[in-house]
Formats: sequence, C-alpha cells, structure tokens
Amino acid sequence: MTAQVMIRVADVSKNFALHAQGGTVIPVLQGAALTVRAGECVALTGSSGSGKSTLLRLLQGNYAPAGGVIEVAGLDLATATPRQVSALRRGTLGYVSQFLRVVPRVPALDVVADPLLTLGMEEGEARDRAGALLAQLNLPERLWGLSPTTFSGGEQQRVNIARGFVHPYPVLLLDEPTASLDPVNRAVVLQLIRDAKARGAALVGIFHDAPARAEIADREVDVTVFSPQAVPA
Amino acid sequence: MSDYNFAYLDEPTKKMIRRAILKGLAVPGYQVPFASREMPMPYGWGTGGVQVTAACLTPEDTLKVIDQGSDDTTNAVSIRSFFAKVAGVATTTRTAEASVIQTRHRIPETPLRSDQVLVYQVPIPEPLRFLEPRETETRRMHALEEYGLMHVKLYEDIARHGAIATSYAYPALVNGRHVFDPSPIPRFDNPRLESPAIQLFGAGREQRIYALPPFTSVQSLDFDDHPFEASKADGACALCGATHTYLDEIVADDQGTRRFQCSDTDYCMERRA
Amino acid sequence: MNVVNTALVLEDTPLLSVSGLTRSYGARIGCKDVVFDLYPGEVMGIVGESGSGKSTLLSCLAGHLETDAGQVVYQGQDVLTLPEPARRRLMRTDWAFVHQHARDGLRMNVSAGGNVGERLMAGGARHYGNIRKTAEDWLERVEIDPGRIDDRPSAFSGGMQQRLQIARGLVTGPKLVLMDEPTGGLDVSVQARLLDLLRGLVRRMGLSVVIVTHDIGVVRLLADRLMVMRHGQVVEQGLTDRVLDDPQHAYTQLLVNSVLPT
Repeated sequence: MTAQVMIRVADVSKNFALHAQGGTVIPVLQGAALTVRAGECVALTGSSGSGKSTLLRLLQGNYAPAGGVIEVAGLDLATATPRQVSALRRGTLGYVSQFLRVVPRVPALDVVADPLLTLGMEEGEARDRAGALLAQLNLPERLWGLSPTTFSGGEQQRVNIARGFVHPYPVLLLDEPTASLDPVNRAVVLQLIRDAKARGAALVGIFHDAPARAEIADREVDVTVFSPQAVPA
Repeated sequence: MSDYNFAYLDEPTKKMIRRAILKGLAVPGYQVPFASREMPMPYGWGTGGVQVTAACLTPEDTLKVIDQGSDDTTNAVSIRSFFAKVAGVATTTRTAEASVIQTRHRIPETPLRSDQVLVYQVPIPEPLRFLEPRETETRRMHALEEYGLMHVKLYEDIARHGAIATSYAYPALVNGRHVFDPSPIPRFDNPRLESPAIQLFGAGREQRIYALPPFTSVQSLDFDDHPFEASKADGACALCGATHTYLDEIVADDQGTRRFQCSDTDYCMERRA
Repeated sequence: MNVVNTALVLEDTPLLSVSGLTRSYGARIGCKDVVFDLYPGEVMGIVGESGSGKSTLLSCLAGHLETDAGQVVYQGQDVLTLPEPARRRLMRTDWAFVHQHARDGLRMNVSAGGNVGERLMAGGARHYGNIRKTAEDWLERVEIDPGRIDDRPSAFSGGMQQRLQIARGLVTGPKLVLMDEPTGGLDVSVQARLLDLLRGLVRRMGLSVVIVTHDIGVVRLLADRLMVMRHGQVVEQGLTDRVLDDPQHAYTQLLVNSVLPT
C-alpha cells in the first residue's frame, strides 16, 4: 500500500513585482512540481538563489503563488482562505524557521508550548511536553524561563526546533534545522526527524548540511530546474 | 399688598413653571428643564424652591418654610417673610397647619397629608453628575435607564469606608424607572419619600424641576449584601426625649459637651407642649 | 483514504460581517466600501498610515461615528440599525472597546475595582462581595496586584492603566473586542508584556479582535489576518505573514519596507 500524498505541487510559478522599481517583475519559479507522501522526507537542493526558500515559503502559505496548485493535506494554498491556512498551520502544517519571531518577554518554555495551547491543550500538560522536548535538545533548564530573544543563535534554533516538533504535525517544513548546532544537538535533531518520519509525517526541508541531508532525506529535488528562463521586462 | 404680582413672579412665568411641575408629576423622577428666573436672592438660597412655591401658592394657602428642620434660620425666616410680603399668604411654623411647605434638607417629622405640598430646594438635581460630567451623556443614561454608574458610586463608598457612607442626597429609583437625587435630605428621610403629599423639587441654578406624585414608590439603591439603612445618630433628643426622630448633634458649651436634639424644631416643641 | 482533518472543519458563520461600510467627512473620504468577515476566535489587524481611514473604520464599527452607508452584521443583526438602547447594551456586554489612551476608556476618579465592576453593575449585578471578587480575579488576570483594587487609575503606570482598561472591557466575557492602537505610547518592554497578555486572553477566551495600529510588529505577533488601508480604502488583505512577507500592492510594499529593522 502506498502512503498517502500529503503535499502535491503542480505547475507552480512565482514572481515578485517590485512596485518601487517601476513595477519590475522578477520571476523566481516556473513549472514547479513536487509530491511528498506520508513518512517521506524530501530535501530541496540547488544553489543559493535558485528558489529553495521560495518554494518552502509557498508550501507554508507564506507566499502567494502566481499560478498552479499547492495542495497540503488536501488544501490548495493557492486558493485557500486565510482562515483555512491558519487552521492548517494550527494542527497539520508545522514549520521550523531559521528566524525566531516571538513576543519579546515570553519565556522559552511558553514559546514552545504555544502551538499546543493554541490547539486547546491544558496549560500544565503543554508546558510539560515543551519542557521534555527542550530537555531532549539540551537547552539548560535555567534558560526556560527567559525570553529566547536573549539567546545565542544555537539556543534560539533549538527553541524553534522544539516549537516545530512539540506537536505531531502530519506535514513539517524544515528550513536549515541543523545549521548552527553542535554535533550532539545535531544528532538529537536528526533523531527527531527520523521519529517524525516513522510516525508518518511528510517532511520537506532545506539542508545545507550535506551529510545530514544524505542521512535523512529519501529524495532530493533540485529546484534549479524550476528556474524560469529570463523573461524580457 | 405690594406692587408685585401675586407671589412675585409674573403670570406667564408661573404658567411655564406649572407646566414643568405637571410634566414632572406625569413622569415621576424625570428632571424637567425650565426657564429659571432671577430671584431677589442668591443662588444656593433656594431660588428653585422659591419659584416652585410661587407657582403653587394660592391666596388661601398657609406657608411653612424650614431649613434643616428649623423654622427660624435666616434662610427660612427670609423666605417666609418674602412670601408674606409678595403673596400676602398666611404663614405658620406648624407642619399640620401648613398647606405648602418649602424645605431645605429635611422632611418634617409630622406625617404629611394628601392636601399638603412639600417643595424641596435642590442644589444639584443630577444624581449621575458625580461620575459623569457630560450632561448629554447623563440625559442619555436616564433615557436608556443605564444606571450602572449609580452603583459604581455606592461601590466606591463601600470600598473606601466599609459601608455605604452616603448619608444625605441618597439616590433612589422612582416608580421603578428614574433614578433621582432626593436633594440633600439625610438618608434617614428616604423611606419617608413615599408619602400622601405631593412633593416637588426645584433647582434654580440648574434649571430643573422634578416631582413625586402621592404614594410613588421610591426605592433607595443598595447592594444585596449591603442593604440600605435609614440611619440616624444613636441617641435621644435632649429636649423632648424622642428616639425616633432625626437628631442634630450640638456642641453645648466651651468644654465641648455634645448633645442631641430633634432637627425638626416644630415637632420637638409640639412634643414638649 | 482521506485523513479527516479536524482542524479544517471550521465554523462557517462569521461573528461579524461588514459590507459596503462608508463614511465621508464632507468631500473627504473617511473610509469607503470596506468589506470583511470576522470569525470567532480570529484576530484581524488593520494597518495604514495616519489618515488612511483605519480609525474611522473602527469608530464606525463601534458606533462612535455615524456611518453613511453599509452594514455591520453581528450574529445576524445589523448593529447600525439597532435601536440605541440595544446597541449600547451590546457595547457593554458582548463587545468591548480598548482606547489608545487608557484615560479615554477608564473612569479616572473611580477605583480600579469600581472600573472593572462597572459593566457588571450595569448588567444588574447587585452583590458587592461578588463584584469585588470578580474584579480581583480580573486584576490578577491582567497582572495587576489585587491589593491595589482600591487605588485609582491615576496612581497606575501607563502600562497598568492599559491593562486595567482591558480588564474593564473583558469582565463581561465579550465575544468581540475593538482595539485602537492599544500599545501606542507605551515603552517597548511594556508593549511586549501587553502583547503577551492579549495573546493569552484571546486564546483563553476565544475572543475575536479587530485591532487598528500603525505598528507592523504588533500585527505580526497578534493578528491572524491583516487588512491594509490607504485613502479610506482597503488595498490589500489576507493572512498576516503573507501580506507582510509577500505584499502584492505597491502601497503595502512601501509600508512594509518602511519599517525600521529591529
């Protein structure tokens, strides 16, 4: 039995129109296609500027496509309402970002527990789970009560990772999850990814860390092939 | 008889005031605006009450004027002599003999009858003014029966003093509809606002008249766990021995000796007679 | 074969449905033809520079300003055509308004407890002890020491006053909260605390919120959806992060790019 298709991208294009610069249109992607099944991990590859991040952001609903279909867990992000996208992100579509965007004074533990609270989990249980994950990621407990805005890059990254793994999202997007981690924590993250695959999550990631990529990705998709030919302005 | 029109005010003015009084009686507790006239006495000396009295008086009336229950203060004496002069009406200090009683800050102890009119002098007619300075807003609140603010005032009292400390001008709900300010009568008098007599309230400076028709329900505002109490000083009148009347505390000598006596001088004298 | 995605089974009746909302000041447009739906539990941000019509829109929604045309349908009823008593009752029970300046939303000569209790008393609460207990509970929820229940707001800091204003509005458990620049004029650290508090309250009470601000950072952290206004009209709306990260309209691009990096 084939696993269920969790992500289906077909003929997706993306342009950026820069109104401040006389309406210059910069095409970024054209004819992008991608299928990811449950339990699969797909790595996006390609040189810098080839559109990996753009595709990942399209999958997250962060960017609006110019054309095509982006189905995530059955919802077409190209046509979905904001509310549907929000709901998808709440319970189904997880995202480990490279950047930490949080309310400045909120403690790390609550930042991690936040997705669970949004899903209606009781506060104590949500914090317990968040704490367990932070412990697994070796974030010293004395930091849990502090705002991650004051953390180092590696510490912030682990908070982001914990946020992405605290709920068993069926679809998970990973943007450089191992970038600034030491070997020990890198191993922890790779194990988390393996566990997610094992429970049937569909994962799409950008990994500059080639050995990591080789270790966990089932397939690689080179986004360079979706680069549009230069369009006359 | 003087050269003044009967009871000082000209007839069209009296007509205007009577209209306001009738409207007030028709909508108990509602503050009716009226074109208050300049009177030959300063604001704060009862110009509202005097105009209402002037509009009510007939040559057959007998007038009594009290100030804090007393018939012989400057204010009471001068208003009484004013009407004796400009209306030529009989005056009295006996509650039972009066047909019109103008009062400042008290309801006479002697129970009133249905053939009597009690006229109150009112300094600030708007009970909501304490918390809401905008007249447009207080009018809207009355119109829409939004009286939550009145309880905020009582809440503040309890929060600050442990009990409702408002001891005079205690707000009440009239006829189940309008919250009103009974003028600065002691709250001891509040239960006595439900009366067979017609009660009229006049505020000269603020240009408002309002009224309580006989036997109108007057419900003093309170909380379930802090019910209204008609309190008075705990003591007996040093002159007549009454314990059921509203008492004034008086410093009797240079040693600071204090004693109580009835604030209603007529009632006290009658008991001693 | 399809996974049942419970999170996607959404309540499909909007709490608030605004259409054709228009208000002019003489020849000048305040806001024009504004259309949006707000669903239970949703937070919608409205951004735009001064004079863009965002405050006019909010004032029209709240009934502080008369509307020239349009509908504001709340739970099946156009609040613009409601008789005034019903509209005002709605405003002090099911709706709440948070002013930019706390002193516009508070009674400065009334204690904190009295401020919080007012809506309860307006709704008929007549038990002093219960009112006080509820007020204490709410002070705690907005992180004000309940021991200060008898202090007047004038003795509070700006951030505390703003939190008190929020408690005063939320005490009746409203469904819809309209906020006008709630973090404006506060220190950055105080802003953060307020934002965190608001996020928690929105989540726990399932509040729907319309928040007007010129602070892009505030909407990014608080709003699910974003509406960008200019010259009284909505130029772009959608998912907050999509509007901010992938703005389509020239004006939105300008607005987003004008934000100083933090």
